[in-house]
Amino acid sequence: MMSNLVFLPIFIPLFVGALLVFFNKKHQLTMKISYLTVILNLGVSIYLSYYVFKNNPLILETGGWKAPYGIILVADKLSVIMILSVNVIALAAVIFASSSVTSKMVQHYFYPLFFLLIAGVSGAFLTGDLFNLFVFFEVLLMASYGLIIIGGSKQQFRESVKYILLNLFSSILFVTTVAFLYSVTGTVNMAQLGERVAEVEQQGVLTGIAILLFVVFATKGALFPLYFWLPKSYIVPSPVVSALFGALLTKVGVYSMLRVYTLIFSHKLELTHSFFIWVASITMLIGVIGALSTSNVKLIIAYNIMPAIGFMLLGIGTFSAESLAGTIYYLVHDMAIKAALFFLAGLLVWHAGTSNLNKMGGYIKTSPLLGWMFFIAALVLAGIPPFSGFIGKYLLLRGAFDEEHYFAAGIGLLSSLLILFSVIRIFIGAFWGEVKEEPKEKVRRSGLAASGFLIAISIVLGVGAEWFYPYIQSAADSLIDPQIYIDFVLKE
Amino acid sequence: MEIVMSILAGTLFAAGVYLLLQKQLLKIVLGTALLSHGAHLFILTMGKLNRGAPPILEKGITEYTDPLPQALILTSIVISFGVTSFLLVLAYRTYQSNKTDMMDQLRGTDDE
Repeated sequence: MMSNLVFLPIFIPLFVGALLVFFNKKHQLTMKISYLTVILNLGVSIYLSYYVFKNNPLILETGGWKAPYGIILVADKLSVIMILSVNVIALAAVIFASSSVTSKMVQHYFYPLFFLLIAGVSGAFLTGDLFNLFVFFEVLLMASYGLIIIGGSKQQFRESVKYILLNLFSSILFVTTVAFLYSVTGTVNMAQLGERVAEVEQQGVLTGIAILLFVVFATKGALFPLYFWLPKSYIVPSPVVSALFGALLTKVGVYSMLRVYTLIFSHKLELTHSFFIWVASITMLIGVIGALSTSNVKLIIAYNIMPAIGFMLLGIGTFSAESLAGTIYYLVHDMAIKAALFFLAGLLVWHAGTSNLNKMGGYIKTSPLLGWMFFIAALVLAGIPPFSGFIGKYLLLRGAFDEEHYFAAGIGLLSSLLILFSVIRIFIGAFWGEVKEEPKEKVRRSGLAASGFLIAISIVLGVGAEWFYPYIQSAADSLIDPQIYIDFVLKE
Repeated sequence: MEIVMSILAGTLFAAGVYLLLQKQLLKIVLGTALLSHGAHLFILTMGKLNRGAPPILEKGITEYTDPLPQALILTSIVISFGVTSFLLVLAYRTYQSNKTDMMDQLRGTDDE
C-alpha cells in the first residue's frame, strides 16, 4: 500500500495539469488551485522523503509486473531528495507567478504546462527504467516547448526553434542508444542493466554506448561543446519560465548522468569518468567567459548555469563518496539559487525597463530590498561561506584534491572567483551610483517573496549543513555501491 | 534481413542529418521526421526480426517475437508524431513573425 505513495508526486501535477486546461479563462480560480496543488504536492513529497529516510526505499511495480519485466518507479534516497527540491521550486514559482503571469499567459495554458513540466521532471527522478526515463524526458520537454513560446514574440520564436530542434535531435539519439543497449543486454530496466553490464565488466561496445548516452545527457545538461543553444533560449521567455528551466531542466540531465554513471557504467572509470573531468573543466571555463562577455543581465545569469553544471560533472567524474555527496548538495543548492537569481534578474529588468546593464544604475535607492537580496544571492552563488554554495563546492573540491585532479580543482576555484565577479558586476552596475533612468515600475511584492523564500532556503542549507549533510552523505553512499540499488529492485 | 534493415535505417539517418544541416526550416523539420523514422526502424531491428509468430510466451511455445521493441516503437512513434506536428506549426509561426525561414537569418543579438 505504501508503495503507491511513489506515484503521487507524478500523478498530482499530471491530474491537476489536465484539469486546469478546462479553466484557462478563469485566472483567479486556476491560481488558487495551483497554490493548493503545489502545497499538497510539497506535503506529499516531505512525507515521502521522511518515510524513505526513516524506513527503506519504496518501489512501485506498475500493474503488478515484477521488477525486471514491468515498468517500475523507485523512490530511493537520491530520488526523494530531488523530488523534495523540485516541489520547493514549484512552490516558489507559483508564488512568483501569482503577480507576474498575466491573464493572457493563463489563457495560453501557462498553469497546465507548468504542472506537466513538474510531472515530467518528477517522473524522470523517480523512474527505474531507461526507456521510461526517455518518456518522462519527452513529457517535460513537450511542456517546456509550450512554455517557451508563451507570449509569442519574435525573439521567442527565433530562439525556441533552435531549442526544440536540438532537444528533438538528442531525444532521437536517446531512443537509438536505448535500442543499442537493449540489443546488447536484452533489458531496459536500470537495475538489471547495472547487473548485466557488471557481469561482462563493461566490455568494448558497452563503453561506446556509455559515451553515446553521455552525448545525449550532455545536450540536455548543456555541457561543452553542446551548450550553445542554452543561454539565448533561456532568456526569451517570461522570468518565471526562465527560472523553471534554469532550475529544473538542466538538472534532470545531471541527475540522469548521476544515476547512469554510478549504477550502470561505472566499470571503465579511466575511459568515461576521466573524460568527464576534462569536459567539466572546459564547461566551467566557457561558462564564466560567456558570463563575463555580455552586459545583458539575464544572459549573465543564464551563462552562470554552465559552470554549475561543470561543478556537478566534476563530482561525477571524481567518483568518490565525498565528491558524489558534493554533487548532490550542489544540485539541491543550485536549483534553489538559480531559480532565485532568475526571479531577481526578472524583477530587476522589469524595474529598470531594460536588460542592458549599462543603462541601469542607482536602483538601491528605489528598491533597497531587491538590491540586498541580489547581493546575498550573488554571494550564495559564488560559494562564500556560510552559504550553501560553499558546502557543495568544498565537498567537490576536497573530493577532487583527494583523487589528485589538481588541474580541474584549480579551474573550479578560478571559475568560482570569476562567477563572483560576473554577478557582483550586476550588483555594482545596477544598484550603485546615481539613478540614470527612472524606474519603470515598482518591484512586485510576491516576486520578492518568492526570491526571499529560496534565498532563505539556501542560507538554511548552508548554515544547517551539519543537519542536512548526513542525509546527503547516505544518498551518496548508496550511489557509490550500486549493488544496494540492484538488490533492492530485483529482490535477490 | 537484419542487415538490410540496418542499412535502411542508416540511410534514413544519413538523409535526415543531411536535411538537418540545411538552411531552410521546413527541410530541417523533414530531416527530424526522417531521423525519427530511422530510429524506429532501428529499434525494431535491434529486437531481432522474427516473422510469423505472435508476441506471446506460454509453456511449450518455442517460436515467439519479442514484444518489447514493439511497445517501445509505439510509444516513440506517438511522441515523434506529436513533436513533428508541433514543430510544423512552430516553423510556420516563426516564418510569420520573423519574415524568413532561413536559419542563417534567424540568429544574432538584436534590438532588445
